[in-house]
Amino acid sequence: MSAAEGSSLEPRVSFWNDPNTRSYAVQAIMVLALVALGYELYANASVNLARLGKTFGYDFWYKSAGFDILQSLIPYTSSSSYGTAIIVGFLNTILVAVLGIFLATVIGFLVGIMRLSKNWLIAKIATVYVELIRNIPLFLQILIWYGAVLKPLPGPKQALNVGGFYLSNRGLNMPSPVFDSGAWLGLVGLIAGIVGAIILRRWARARQMATGQPFPYIWGGFGLVIFLPIIGLLVAGWPVSWDTPKLGAFNFSGGATIIPEFIALLFALSVYTASFIAEIVRAGIQAVSHGQTEAASALGLRAGLTTRLVTVPQAMRIIIPPLANQYLNLTKNSSLAVAIAYPDLVAMGGTVLNQTGKAIEVVLIWMVVYLSLSLLTSSFMNWFNSRMKLVER
Amino acid sequence: MKRKIIGLALAASASIFAATAAAAGTLDDVKTKGFVQCGVNPALAGFGAPDAQNNWTGMDIDFCRAVAAAIFNDPTKVKFTPLTAKDRFTALQSNEIDILSRNSTWTMTRDTSLGLKFAGIMYYDGQGFMVKKSLNVDSALKLSGAAVCTQTGTTTELNLADYFKSNNLEYKVVAFEKNEEVLAAYQDGRCDVFTTDQSGLYASRLTFGTPDEHIVLPEIISKEPLGPVVRQGDDAWFNVVKWTYYALVNAEELGVTSKNVEEMKASTNPEILRLLGVKNADGTAAGFGTGIGLSEEWVVQIVKGVGNYGEIFERNVGESTPLKISRGKNALWNAGGLQYAPPIR
Amino acid sequence: MEPAVAYVRTEEAPKLAAPANLVGWRGWVLANLFPNWKNGLLTIIAGLFLYWVLSNVLGWALFRAVWTGENRDACAVEGVGACWPFVQAKFLQWIYGFYPIDQRWRVNICFLVGGAALVPMLMPSAPHKIWNALFLLVVFPLIVFILLTGGHFALPLSTFAGVAALLAIAAALLPLSVYGIEEGIQKARINLVLAGVGIVVWIASFLMNFGTVPTPIGVMSVGKSVATLLFFASGGLAIVQLMADRNLGALSVLRGWLIVALALFLAMLLLKIDFGLEPVETSQWGGLLVTLVVAITGIVFSLPLGILLALGRRSNMPIVKYFSISFIEIWRGVPLITVLFMASVMLPLFLPPGVNFDKLTRALIATAIFASAYMAEVVRGGLQAIPRGQFEAAQALGLSYWNMMSLIVLPQALKIVIPGIVNSFISLFKDTTLVAVIGLFDLLGIVVAGFADSKWASPQTAPTGYFSAALIFWVFCFGMSRYSQFIERRLNTGHKR
Repeated sequence: MSAAEGSSLEPRVSFWNDPNTRSYAVQAIMVLALVALGYELYANASVNLARLGKTFGYDFWYKSAGFDILQSLIPYTSSSSYGTAIIVGFLNTILVAVLGIFLATVIGFLVGIMRLSKNWLIAKIATVYVELIRNIPLFLQILIWYGAVLKPLPGPKQALNVGGFYLSNRGLNMPSPVFDSGAWLGLVGLIAGIVGAIILRRWARARQMATGQPFPYIWGGFGLVIFLPIIGLLVAGWPVSWDTPKLGAFNFSGGATIIPEFIALLFALSVYTASFIAEIVRAGIQAVSHGQTEAASALGLRAGLTTRLVTVPQAMRIIIPPLANQYLNLTKNSSLAVAIAYPDLVAMGGTVLNQTGKAIEVVLIWMVVYLSLSLLTSSFMNWFNSRMKLVER
Repeated sequence: MKRKIIGLALAASASIFAATAAAAGTLDDVKTKGFVQCGVNPALAGFGAPDAQNNWTGMDIDFCRAVAAAIFNDPTKVKFTPLTAKDRFTALQSNEIDILSRNSTWTMTRDTSLGLKFAGIMYYDGQGFMVKKSLNVDSALKLSGAAVCTQTGTTTELNLADYFKSNNLEYKVVAFEKNEEVLAAYQDGRCDVFTTDQSGLYASRLTFGTPDEHIVLPEIISKEPLGPVVRQGDDAWFNVVKWTYYALVNAEELGVTSKNVEEMKASTNPEILRLLGVKNADGTAAGFGTGIGLSEEWVVQIVKGVGNYGEIFERNVGESTPLKISRGKNALWNAGGLQYAPPIR
Repeated sequence: MEPAVAYVRTEEAPKLAAPANLVGWRGWVLANLFPNWKNGLLTIIAGLFLYWVLSNVLGWALFRAVWTGENRDACAVEGVGACWPFVQAKFLQWIYGFYPIDQRWRVNICFLVGGAALVPMLMPSAPHKIWNALFLLVVFPLIVFILLTGGHFALPLSTFAGVAALLAIAAALLPLSVYGIEEGIQKARINLVLAGVGIVVWIASFLMNFGTVPTPIGVMSVGKSVATLLFFASGGLAIVQLMADRNLGALSVLRGWLIVALALFLAMLLLKIDFGLEPVETSQWGGLLVTLVVAITGIVFSLPLGILLALGRRSNMPIVKYFSISFIEIWRGVPLITVLFMASVMLPLFLPPGVNFDKLTRALIATAIFASAYMAEVVRGGLQAIPRGQFEAAQALGLSYWNMMSLIVLPQALKIVIPGIVNSFISLFKDTTLVAVIGLFDLLGIVVAGFADSKWASPQTAPTGYFSAALIFWVFCFGMSRYSQFIERRLNTGHKR
């Protein structure tokens, strides 16, 4: 209670029992304790580092790494720097996380809807899937998937050949396109297709609002995005050749390769996370009141339209916050890649840590990257959430 | 109130810890606690591995036993901490172990900037390649385009990159965290080639269901001097470990074995007498063992406990073992090898 | 009576059986499997898929499996299924790890005592929950700790003196809690001054050197000895004062203090006593034992930490609040594997020189911190579910913050979040598999390590091992999730309005 207001009217609070005093005292002690702890840690670390003749610093970042990496999205050789190696790892993490999130969402929604199916067998299969997958440690599932990808597949010499795609225990080798000069027309076509698709959607919306006539803009847009680039390339005289994989003495060379580590990690992550997403989706859909669907059918909407226009948009508001959590979990769980030689951020950081001995520095990189990713995800989801809420009313 | 008490308790207990663990020298610490804590490889036959009854065997293991014998006259006063390649140096740096004897390669970085000291070279090794016989490859130079399995956080990974680069060979590296994972992936056909120190190749091949289907290629692409490591800045302990190793080599050179060590005390060779700490003719002590804080008979204790260098080699990896490794570079200097110890005098 | 009309029935019509395609198994099949041709097609496809999966899995695990054998020869045959003799040979190792074979009875006792104490704890109808929980959370860990490590710790007398000094300080503060702060300061002025001087001397002894003095418990620094004596004096004074008062509240507070003091000393004595047990280092632990130790330690430590953090997060004090928030969010934002790496390669650098923990302890610290962040969020959920009226009523009754929390809010909040706690335990249990990455041999780690055994190297060894490990984990986790659902339903009915 502030002393400014007539203190004679206020009940006198003793100095010791004043909540403000207490709160300041507790906080002061806490700050002191934290500072003392921080100082202790700092002092210990500097003594230990000095004793070991080590220093703290990121000077290793520009030093030559000297090791090779299995999969890299940016140019990397053994003479690139440690910093590049860590960035390669980071990009690999992002790659598997993004594709994993996409796949997990698809499987998760499918299974979640299957669990609500009126078909007994389908619902039971979905239930068994959920109960089986989410009660087995992900780490074990990754190992199982890796074994399942490697063991039954033949060596590269007996690789399964499906139309230029070769599947073996070295991964999936496939032709990759090589663009010659003139291919920019294809790019122009692609951009034009995307812009066209957006315009088409707007027009279709506006027309439906005005006349009630629907237009299949999804298929139309799809067609634009596919065909305009092809037309562009055709105009340029088809300047595309295919780099096909060829079997060498040991492995395929040329073309593009999807390594088995990536396949195993991707499947394990998405299958595992999908079991949680399925439950979230089921809960979300069940939470939409039955009256909504009844009202929709009373208005004459077909079942598919009811789901798309009535149930799902409402369920999404319940689904999205826990869904964001699962996306974050999937990203964090991708760090389990260390078990199967997929060069993600943690695996690359570990290698750098081993070669340089810079434990504190590497751990700090890990923490900063994962914390930023989780902050990014949660702020994106907050934004999305508020948008969904605005749509409601 | 409660917070305050908890804070005090934390501070007090921290101070109690710090007080009891006053940092003395490692040698004194070891003598006080009564055993040597030794960091070892948990799964490398011939160098460090426990058998089904949890008895540890291997060259690296025997070196730890030799140090224990030198200090306590009892080679069993040693405890083993299994370590991965990743946490081995941290374990040493943080005093979790007293010696790291885990087939670690002596490199400049490790010796100078990790706060470590290599005490000697127990085994001169070099990195080699193993492939399946069915591939019909007889030289590493024919490995262009191969997928190579290896372990991360080792010098192996770096040598591999250097070798393929300098020979203009293409390759794909598949690098695992643990040796077991590397072996499993190689056997599952993930890679064509498995690379590590040559001794490790032989040791790993033993664990395969069908060892005969794999061959080790003749090329050795690197120098891998493997030896025990101690912390930097503790010279007394460094001396004990270093001279334990030299004593093993000197004992072999002078023909002192676990069987004849007692008789050798009566030798007329002054070098042997110095080695075994026999009193001088005038009854004064030789003073070599006591000079490094051990007993006069320290070498006798070592040799009685684990034998000399040659005996350790033969027992763990030599021709009579499944590994069948010849002495090669690990023969004594006077037998064409590199094992050479400064004299005790 | 009315004359009967010919076309009106006089007796009820006979009840016809329901149409055959609406009742019985046929009706069920038609309604649930083949309501229309689309769904029927789906059923057939799903059925075929199910048949394919089941026939493969069962064929591999049962019909084509190898059941007997001494070594790899039995399983290295083309076309056989699971290699069960491998599981048979390794099973005990999966449970005990490298724990010495003749000492395994110690692990068994821990399993038995733990199970015996846990079962009544999990049964909602069993009585004496408080004592049961006390046993499980305090006494049982101590028993396990002594049994598994072998006890006989070299606790120096100075540790006893230190704990005694802390207890004396606590005693010196007792009058404050009995009489309230104002009156307490009045009444216990002398001993508070003594304690204060003691603390000043104690802190000063860190900053300057007063020399050392021989004491009955060994050579100690003068400053710390003087401080300890001051603490004893002030604590003793406070106790004498309280006993003289004969006030009921004073005696009950004193009794609480005495119980805590005795328990602490008893625990320290038990740790120090040599029971003649052979010491077993943690590097020899492994298998299910390590999995359970990591998971249970994690949950036991994360519960109090998580409650404190959750309370801190809802606190009005900004520093406490933001500290709790950042602590929780930092640990929830990073993967467990980096936390474990941190514990295994970075933590040693932050400890005072000469202090170190073994690898298992470091992993335990890491999992406990990690789990407490998640537990804090679970508990927060419970706290948020308690209506404001409960807080306000407690405050209106004049309860202090801690009394309000411990008597009114937490008992309700914790009851609501029991399913949440069980769920965190399930994820923690699954996450323990990650300790294999830093070189500990938990259940999964030891199963995988067994694949390297040349005696059992065969193409079916690894699949069999993975299958068994998955089965074991599944049984544990599924059982726990069923329990959590059971509790949830039970609690639901109790609270429904």
